[in-house]
Amino acid sequence: MNVVVCVKQIPDPAAPQSLDASHNLDRSGKLILDEADTYGVEMALQLVDKAGSGEVTVVSMGSASDVAGLRNALAMGAAKAVIVSDDSLRGSDSLGTAKVLAAVIGRDMPDLILCATESSDGYTGTTPVQLAELLGLPSVTFAKSVVVEGGSLKVDRQTEAGYDEVTSPLPALVTVTAGVVEPRYASFKGIMAAKNKPVEVLSVADLGLAGAVGQAGARQEITEVVAAESRQAGEKYVDEGDGAEKIVAFLESIKVL
Amino acid sequence: MSITSLWVVVEPSQDSFTTTSLELLSHARSLATNVSAITWGSGATFAAQAGEYGAMTLYDVGALDGSLPGVPVASAIAALVQSAGAPDAILVPTSYDGRDIAGRLSARLDRPVLTNVTGLSDEGGLVTEHPVFGGTQTVKARFTGEGPGIIVVRAKSFVSESAGASTAAVVAAPVGETANTASARIANSHVEERTGPKLEDAAVVVSGGRGLGEAEKYSMIEEAAKLLNGAPGASRAIVDAGWVPYSYQVGQTGKTVKPTVYIACGISGATQHMVGMKGSKNIVAINKDADAPIFQIADFGIVGDVHKVLPALIEVLKTRA
Ligand SMILES: Cc1cc2nc3c(=O)[nH]c(=O)nc-3n(C[C@H](O)[C@H](O)[C@H](O)COP(=O)(O)OP(=O)(O)OC[C@H]3O[C@@H](n4cnc5c(N)ncnc54)[C@H](O)[C@@H]3O)c2cc1C
Ligand SMILES: Cc1cc2nc3c(=O)[nH]c(=O)nc-3n(C[C@H](O)[C@H](O)[C@H](O)COP(=O)(O)OP(=O)(O)OC[C@H]3O[C@@H](n4cnc5c(N)ncnc54)[C@H](O)[C@@H]3O)c2cc1C
Repeated sequence: MNVVVCVKQIPDPAAPQSLDASHNLDRSGKLILDEADTYGVEMALQLVDKAGSGEVTVVSMGSASDVAGLRNALAMGAAKAVIVSDDSLRGSDSLGTAKVLAAVIGRDMPDLILCATESSDGYTGTTPVQLAELLGLPSVTFAKSVVVEGGSLKVDRQTEAGYDEVTSPLPALVTVTAGVVEPRYASFKGIMAAKNKPVEVLSVADLGLAGAVGQAGARQEITEVVAAESRQAGEKYVDEGDGAEKIVAFLESIKVL
Repeated sequence: MSITSLWVVVEPSQDSFTTTSLELLSHARSLATNVSAITWGSGATFAAQAGEYGAMTLYDVGALDGSLPGVPVASAIAALVQSAGAPDAILVPTSYDGRDIAGRLSARLDRPVLTNVTGLSDEGGLVTEHPVFGGTQTVKARFTGEGPGIIVVRAKSFVSESAGASTAAVVAAPVGETANTASARIANSHVEERTGPKLEDAAVVVSGGRGLGEAEKYSMIEEAAKLLNGAPGASRAIVDAGWVPYSYQVGQTGKTVKPTVYIACGISGATQHMVGMKGSKNIVAINKDADAPIFQIADFGIVGDVHKVLPALIEVLKTRA
């Protein structure tokens, strides 16, 4: 079974973030593999392992000036990586991103495509389903567990009330939630092996998408960035055994009690 | 260009539309004279409610026969755009199925989506607001190409208000071509029992975080919430750790809550948590670290150990119950 995992390289979410002059997220610093995507990589490795054959390919769109994040996925055990890197892709919207990913993945359709439910930086959460529609595939979002059995898919999908058991034929696209599996740490052997694994770098022209994607294709724009209303800190007391009573008095003052 | 027509995707739940659907309808009617709603499943039985909140027409996709809603509903809307003409924009609630519908529809119509929207106004065209960087800044955006743009709105962005209008006219909106994409089917639904008010509707929310130390201690949060007639919530740290289900999570990737009072216990106040609760009327925090960021937005803070303050609070509340 062949599985493609869509992974994003992002600025470290723990570091302070900002928008640049053209209102795009500043991505000039070091890039890392989005933690949200490590669950998909782990899930893919487990599914291929269970199937006994096939391989995991990671596909990404973004700057290839730093591919440490992709090497990280390769070190975990993915066989190869493909990244579409092109200056004209700056300012892509989620549909544009999905078009690029569809063009790459459509070259050699896998049995299964895995994505995260949403990325850690843009978090629109719509790219995966747009991708499925462009590829003409069924999709199951918000998977808590994924099982492949006899050429079809069984997914427990998170719902408002609990979860649904969903079945789907393959090929299909699934988005996985954080915590579905425990992502492995790359071993020393894995890190060494990753250095020799193929990382294919493609341009927009290679995919025949010039003019259709990137800022030119985005058809939406940021008009303004303003400071949000901020809250003020109120009273603060150190608990001296009377913390609970103080809270009760506060709740009374706002008429909750 | 002023806004004349908006469509709103309204999601059926047990015995009404979801609260977010009604919030969107209420706001849509303040922006456009012509508001239509689109629903499926049992939705058509709530036509009176759709009308009451502002929809003149309720398009009904009908029974989905076990299909996940994303594909069939998006295909029905795409067919409607062809037959009835495009509205200025299509509003969709942020939810599991809402995001599926928006993504499918966007690719089908080749139209962009604006997501995580928390504000929407008419400034000679629709302008959306998106909180970024944990809600410290607001991005304003608009569509530049041909419509209809698709707008995915977060819960609690608008107030749901009945317009007292009469029932909406139900019009069938059949599913269009779906090829192989609609083949994902629900085989079984599991409902996790929860008592008390729903997290997103409760007037009091008591939330716990990693500061509770271990999963068993979450029972203190549940007990305090119950005594206050509220709902228990959680930070992502303890959801990812498996202490409580994802449906308890408050924040950027979880629920948005705006209760009368939000009580954060052993939660540090990461930006991604705060964006989901900083709209609360009052915020109370209990944290042993006097410098925890949560205190910067708390109206009332107790610097102390949750293992002492919470049991004491539960005792006092019990004597008053
Ligand atoms: C604060 C902010 C707000 C934004 N708001 C919008 C908006 O409202 N509408 C809009 O169209 N765009 C928006 N964008 C732009 C959008 O984030 C980018 O277009 C991005 O490329 C697409 O998605 P995402 O990160 O939101 O992906 P999501 O849809 O959240 O990503 C889910 C999954 O899809 C896959 N995936 C997504 N992007 C890639 C990629 N580049 N390479 C490989 N796999 C990928 C990954 O598996 C990822 O985990 C916003 C960006 C920012 C920074
Ligand atoms: C893309 C992305 C999306 C995210 N989405 C969300 C989201 O939706 N919701 C969310 O919550 N998080 C989200 N996070 C995670 C977020 O960044 C934080 O990691 C998380 O909120 C931390 O949870 P916490 O406050 O419980 O834990 P910690 O940050 O570990 O804080 C624990 C706190 O407990 C205090 N404490 C410890 N012991 C005690 C004690 N005995 N008594 C009192 N206090 C004590 C500590 O001082 C500390 O302040 C997201 C992160 C990313 C990158």
